[in-house]
Amino acid sequence: MRFKDVFSIIGPVMVGPSSSHTAGAARIGRSARHLYGKQPEKAVIIFYGSFAATYQGHGTDRAIVGGLLDYDTDDSRIPMALDYAKQSGLEVSFEEGRGIVRHPNTAKLILSDRDGGSELTMTGISIGGGNIEIIEINGFNIKMTGIYPTLVIQHYDSPGVLAYVTQALSLEGTNIAHMSVDRKNRSGNAITVVEIDGEIKEGILERIAQMDALISVGIIDLSQETQTEEQK
Amino acid sequence: MNFSTLNELAALCEAKNMTIGQLMLEEQSRESGRTPEAEFATMAQYYEVMKEAVHKGLNEDTTSPSGLTGLDAQRVVNYGKQSEMNLGGAAGEVMAYALAVSEVNASMGRIVATPTAGSCGVIPGVFVSSQRRFSWTDEHMVYGLFAAGAIGYVIANNSFISGAEGGCQAEIGSAIGMAAGALVELRGGTAAQAVHAVGLALKNTLGLICDPVAGLVEVPCIVRNGFGAVTALAAADMALAGVRSVIPSDEVIQVMMEVGSSMPEKHRETAKGGLAQTPTGRKIMQEL
Repeated sequence: MRFKDVFSIIGPVMVGPSSSHTAGAARIGRSARHLYGKQPEKAVIIFYGSFAATYQGHGTDRAIVGGLLDYDTDDSRIPMALDYAKQSGLEVSFEEGRGIVRHPNTAKLILSDRDGGSELTMTGISIGGGNIEIIEINGFNIKMTGIYPTLVIQHYDSPGVLAYVTQALSLEGTNIAHMSVDRKNRSGNAITVVEIDGEIKEGILERIAQMDALISVGIIDLSQETQTEEQK
Repeated sequence: MNFSTLNELAALCEAKNMTIGQLMLEEQSRESGRTPEAEFATMAQYYEVMKEAVHKGLNEDTTSPSGLTGLDAQRVVNYGKQSEMNLGGAAGEVMAYALAVSEVNASMGRIVATPTAGSCGVIPGVFVSSQRRFSWTDEHMVYGLFAAGAIGYVIANNSFISGAEGGCQAEIGSAIGMAAGALVELRGGTAAQAVHAVGLALKNTLGLICDPVAGLVEVPCIVRNGFGAVTALAAADMALAGVRSVIPSDEVIQVMMEVGSSMPEKHRETAKGGLAQTPTGRKIMQEL
């Protein structure tokens, strides 16, 4: 089922004008912000397909930058997000991507420090009604929807990693909703993305942090309240 | 969810002696692991946003950033005050409310995607005006939204709800079907009647292309929301009167899928065809 629950049909609450181009874009931006772990200093945003053709009219640019500022889809600051980004030291540039992409509403984000350090790349698609899929992180092909709290684990491809992760979840009494795994090459770098039911408990992160093959672990949780709600 | 077609949905409601709204709330709660009270509260908040959007669209300046659209809802209301509307008061009001919400959307105001932002006027238009007319409680309306959600869930998973994928029949058509089915239930009709209303409504939008001028969710999207809300009333009335969708509603959904899949790309939200490529449509795009 592409649409999993009643609120993927009725909802989200959002600022207009387009659930695909505005709300979906905000969620893609916010997913990247969460995984980056803090506000990036620099963001290159590459729009493909319909996003590239109409992003200004739909506020896709403002929505995706709003997401990078951790705004939810209904945040009234979205129409002014480009100004807020400038004020908070986030330097943004937009490009129109070329080539064939899988979905007409595709955006690729490259986040980094001002000098280009700690780079994160993420590609998301907006599938309608504000629903999204993240299909790429740092060059790995993955699949996640943002509906569930999600663990993004980058690690070395070695035996026992998945068993370790699933055991950590099981020990904390947490159920896996969906999971996707990709690697660059055998024994090279790999990524495991785990969408879970319920919240990501502190104990899970502690256990995963101790894993030998770990490179990094991040969380994407779009159900979290925006940090600076009082500024609305 | 324990259903994937409208037929299954109606059968489940009958077997459990529940309305579509009650069944959807139960299913949603089971799926999410949250309590029914928590799910109900979320939907109740969404309904508040819909009411606020209607109010805003009827009372504030809704001129869009492009300057192309705005204030049409208020024009309809003023016209209705000055002369007898062809539609009559109730349908005129549903149309004005739907236009209002859709205009708030175009002006980057706060709305609920139902099922999308491009079609966000239909359900609030039908719900908020019908609540006023029939003096229903908010609780009744929230169950109605769960019913609309159940219908949309079936359409979305068996066909599509976005113009980019299936043309405007997928966006506005889905919204009309959802509103029509939910209105049947709100008026006390059976689940089977609600399902007929969905089929009746969807038939009337089959083949509708998505051709937004300059790619914006404004022309013709806003007026299609106004027309859509009126159509939902008509479909609900037919179903409540006992009119059946001779082609079962699940088969109509399949036809929408077939038609949308064979629609050329230029008629699916790309602004490469239809109204967007008329001489005036092209001129507007160049001037923006």
